[in-house]
Amino acid sequence: MSNKIHVSTKVNGDAVEFLCDPRETLLDVLRDRLNLTGAKEGCGTGDCGACSVTVDGRLICSCLMLGAEAEGKEIGTIEGVAEGGELHPLQRKFIEHAALQCGVCTPGILVAAKNLLEKNPDPTEEQVRYWLAGNLCRCTGYDKIIRAVLDAAEEMRGAA
Amino acid sequence: MKYHTPASFADAAAIAASASGVTRFLAGGTDVLVQMRSDIVMPDDLIDIKHIDGVKDITQNADGSWTLGVAVAGAEMSEHPTLGKDWPGLVEATDLIGSTQVQGRATLVGNLCNGSPAADSVPAQVAAGVTMTVTGPNGDRVAAVEDLPAGPGRLNLEKGEVISAVHIPARGDNAGDAYLRFIPRTEMDIAVVGCGISLRLDGDTITEARVSLGAVAPTVLLVEDCAKAIIGTTLDDAALDALAKAAEAACNPIDDKRGTIEFRTDVAGVLARRAAKIAYARAKGE
Amino acid sequence: MALDEVKEIVESGENYDTDKEFKYVGTRPDRPDGLDKVTGRAKYGADHYVANMLHAAVLRAPHAHARIVSIDTSKAEAADGVKAVVIGTDLPEGLTGGDLHLQENTLARDKVYYDGHAVAAVAATSALAAKDAVKLIEVEYELLPHVIDVDAAMAEGAPVIREGEQGPTVPEGMHPNVVNYIEFGHGDLDAGFDAADLVMENTYKTEATHQGYIEPHACVGQLGDDGKGEMWVCTQGQWFIRKMCAAVLGLEASNLRVTPSEIGGGFGGKTTIFSEAISLALSRKAGGRPVKLVMTRSEVLRATGPTASTSMDVKIGMKNDGTMTAGKVVFRMQGGAWPDMAPTGMALNCAFASYDLPAVYHEGYDVLANRPKAAAYRAPGSPMAAFAVESLVDEMTRKLGLDPIEVRIKNGAKEGTKSSYGPTYKKIGLLECLEAAKAHPNLAEKLGPNQGRGVAAGFWFNHGGETSVSMSLGNDGTVTVSAGTPDIGGSRASVALMVAETLGIPYDHVRVNIVETGALGFNEPSHGSRATFATGKAAVEACNQAIGEMCRRAAKRWGIDEDAVEWKDGAVHPAGPNAGEFPPMTIKKIGQTMGRSGGPISGHHETTAGGVGESFGAHVVDVEVDPETGKTTILRYLVVQDAGRAIHPSYVEGQYQGGAAQGIGWALNEEYVYDDMGRLQNPIFLDYRVPVASDLPMIDTVIIEVPNPGHPYGVRGVGETGITPPLPAIANAIADATGRRLRHLPMTPAKVLKAIKNG
Repeated sequence: MSNKIHVSTKVNGDAVEFLCDPRETLLDVLRDRLNLTGAKEGCGTGDCGACSVTVDGRLICSCLMLGAEAEGKEIGTIEGVAEGGELHPLQRKFIEHAALQCGVCTPGILVAAKNLLEKNPDPTEEQVRYWLAGNLCRCTGYDKIIRAVLDAAEEMRGAA
Repeated sequence: MKYHTPASFADAAAIAASASGVTRFLAGGTDVLVQMRSDIVMPDDLIDIKHIDGVKDITQNADGSWTLGVAVAGAEMSEHPTLGKDWPGLVEATDLIGSTQVQGRATLVGNLCNGSPAADSVPAQVAAGVTMTVTGPNGDRVAAVEDLPAGPGRLNLEKGEVISAVHIPARGDNAGDAYLRFIPRTEMDIAVVGCGISLRLDGDTITEARVSLGAVAPTVLLVEDCAKAIIGTTLDDAALDALAKAAEAACNPIDDKRGTIEFRTDVAGVLARRAAKIAYARAKGE
Repeated sequence: MALDEVKEIVESGENYDTDKEFKYVGTRPDRPDGLDKVTGRAKYGADHYVANMLHAAVLRAPHAHARIVSIDTSKAEAADGVKAVVIGTDLPEGLTGGDLHLQENTLARDKVYYDGHAVAAVAATSALAAKDAVKLIEVEYELLPHVIDVDAAMAEGAPVIREGEQGPTVPEGMHPNVVNYIEFGHGDLDAGFDAADLVMENTYKTEATHQGYIEPHACVGQLGDDGKGEMWVCTQGQWFIRKMCAAVLGLEASNLRVTPSEIGGGFGGKTTIFSEAISLALSRKAGGRPVKLVMTRSEVLRATGPTASTSMDVKIGMKNDGTMTAGKVVFRMQGGAWPDMAPTGMALNCAFASYDLPAVYHEGYDVLANRPKAAAYRAPGSPMAAFAVESLVDEMTRKLGLDPIEVRIKNGAKEGTKSSYGPTYKKIGLLECLEAAKAHPNLAEKLGPNQGRGVAAGFWFNHGGETSVSMSLGNDGTVTVSAGTPDIGGSRASVALMVAETLGIPYDHVRVNIVETGALGFNEPSHGSRATFATGKAAVEACNQAIGEMCRRAAKRWGIDEDAVEWKDGAVHPAGPNAGEFPPMTIKKIGQTMGRSGGPISGHHETTAGGVGESFGAHVVDVEVDPETGKTTILRYLVVQDAGRAIHPSYVEGQYQGGAAQGIGWALNEEYVYDDMGRLQNPIFLDYRVPVASDLPMIDTVIIEVPNPGHPYGVRGVGETGITPPLPAIANAIADATGRRLRHLPMTPAKVLKAIKNG
């Protein structure tokens, strides 16, 4: 009863192909077929944001998109956030500010925060908080995460 | 499950019409995939309508009205330079659905077709007078949003029918809309109560109004008595009291994990007052 | 933790000189695992993929209480890709006590005790195939009456959940669901209440909450017919996983090698097993193929670690000047359908721990209900106890027109106080916390209409526990530490800092690895706020052992007495009469030459760590309540807590902030909601409402340092106390804002609005 779908797509700039069951989500495909385990499944229902990726530059939950829908798209994951061995300012600031404890929500938050700063380089604290409201963190109380994002934004504005 | 990618709504309707099992249309997928994941629904045929031309378009027509493709995501509505100036309440209501990530995919039509009485965009759609083109095996028809929900999870759509376009009326002058919902947190919750209001003024006096309530009945309600309570008034305290009273009277909610009958009824009145004030201020250009 | 155990831990312990200057301790370097965790490279429970791996899915009961009449697995076994199916009767018989309870919870045998209880599991070639096959298992149930609420479960006529589990101390005539009874106290209670000007008594309730870690439980288990197995698992304690899985499956513990993954949060909920033994049982049935088992979020919420729900009576006597004269509590707590899972004893111990009271009395009832088997959750029992006691203290303080912080200072526990639970406190920092809270700028902020301020104190014992650490010297003079406590919030950094300090070598010359069960002696989990305390303490002792060996090697090389050298700044120096006679021998030099000087150099230390120091805290919260909707908004939040000494202050602050956030969730929105059939109504994050980023303000922190003389660097555990004060502090703030007292958590908008309307 093979009902597998062939999909060609791009992940972090690299062309990839895979076969997937139509029921498999993009998250399933990234993790189980493409060995990209940076995106996590915290809920499977779009409520926690741990699986955040971008599709054609748009932030989404990869648990809420089918693998089959990735045909012809450009997917961005945490594995592509550091470019050429250089950490993104957000990644450095997260370490510097101790903005992670267990770290399991961190990949999703970094992908989401990067997407925010690409659209809005100078967000207010409130804008950061609402943008990240779909990224649950149970360890930090968000304080250091918000500070790290605001600090990274400031540094990036300075560098720009 | 079979995954289909038809190139036209006629094809989509034909696939749905001839399907023998459970059929779902896929646009943003933010409800369908949750249902699949939670074992609530596993479609036999899943029809992805995003390969159809125009489904991502936002178009303002010559008469000032708007036509939206059915796969336009909430984020695309929010980012549109002028749609939100015409219909801030509708755009804000859509923006309240889920997280930033959900906004990247979720659509007005999906929010409607999920059939939840608590859907945030639906009261705003109803208040705005949004209509939908429904494509079926026998061609197209146009339906008002308030006539589409049939009950929780159910729509007045025939087998093989698929919504193929969204029509938002021309805003016109001296008019404004607003949508407010109550949730226990600041984000990420399903509305415990929602209220959408659209109104038009002549001077300071309200001449037209549509008021709708969400999550207080099996379907989103268009409440005539609420509109009557404020039409012909300047939204003074007496009108606001009458509006709140009419909203409370229209409520027929349930007790569930998200709210009690008493709470929903009380808050429906509170939100109606608050939303009316915002819509009124917007109509005045404030 | 038994009371005598607590006493022993508190009263034992060394007296370290903690009054030194430090080079590394107290600094804020990058955490060693930071890079892995910001790049997505860190491997968590579900990130492990091995050759020939199968995927498991679990069938769970949809009933709160039912007898299993029959299970037919034949259709599942015949399904495509299925390699093994297990049910409860596949597990060995004859277990007793806690082991039996773990086994019953792993897979139900005769009865299901709660909605979500596992009844069967499948291993198949793909996750989808396993999920499909599970639906083919047919179970016939005979429904039994159920009970959910703790008070209802104790009442006459309540359905009996288990026969014959009632402990010997339970007063005669109580319902069989009451399985344990505790009472203790000291002082003359009647005299205490007689001496008071105001005596008040009230009842408080809290609902069950979940730890809410973002990473669902996940493991890959492999077990052969020879009884030898491997497991990769997200856990707070790999040795606990080994011990429990071995017990449930009848294995020899030494034959099971358990490797901990990075852990995506635990908060106590990953100190026990839920489905881990299932993956091993499936693997054995599938010819030893590894089996991956990853829970869904809804499985996590339905079937893992909620904390207890409670019903609590508190009575306090107070003089007009705020002096507290006596306190009494009666706590009723359910921790699911198994005995001893509710943290009743610890809740009682915590109830008045912040106060110096002449007379206290505690009674507690452990009650069964048709809910999941409770697991530890951050300071188990203390948040509920604090909600009850700190709410009543606040009510009385308001009634007498006194300042809430001053009343707590007046009655606050200090060095020499005989604690409410028995032991006499050594150095503790409650009063310092209260004074610092009083002086904080947040308290000078003026409150507007519908705004209120609430104060509460909190406490946790902290824990030492069984600990093994080893360290070894590399040829280049760098050091590898093998620790057994999974790094759940930065403990690699804090341990590396203490090792660097002890050895006098750079922080980045120390690598701390969290190792598998075969690589080190037994360790308790990262629980009880013990990782930095106990693993740190043992690491320091292991370093001291290696320092001794390095000193011997140098002395031998120099031909001088081994007492005539000293360790300083990462090198052996000749000392005393030999001072300056030889150039210092650096750790690098010792490492380079150790093959010739007597062989590899390492140190190790094994202990049940004593000298634990309690951590007290004080929180102050400002809220605004919408009078028309009852919705509470947190405007400002202040955490002041004694860390003893903050090894890495950023991660100490993180613990304070995280604890506060969890407490805020518990206070306002989080709860287990059941329908009439006893089915959990909110097993997804959409409806189990943990705080999101936009719900919270910045959380201000003040670290108080009253060093713990029982730790070489003065450390007190800091992980748990922070979840304790938010529950009452927010209730007190809401009372200040609205004039209404909420005595039943969570304080949802509906409850607050009702209180406002009903006056």
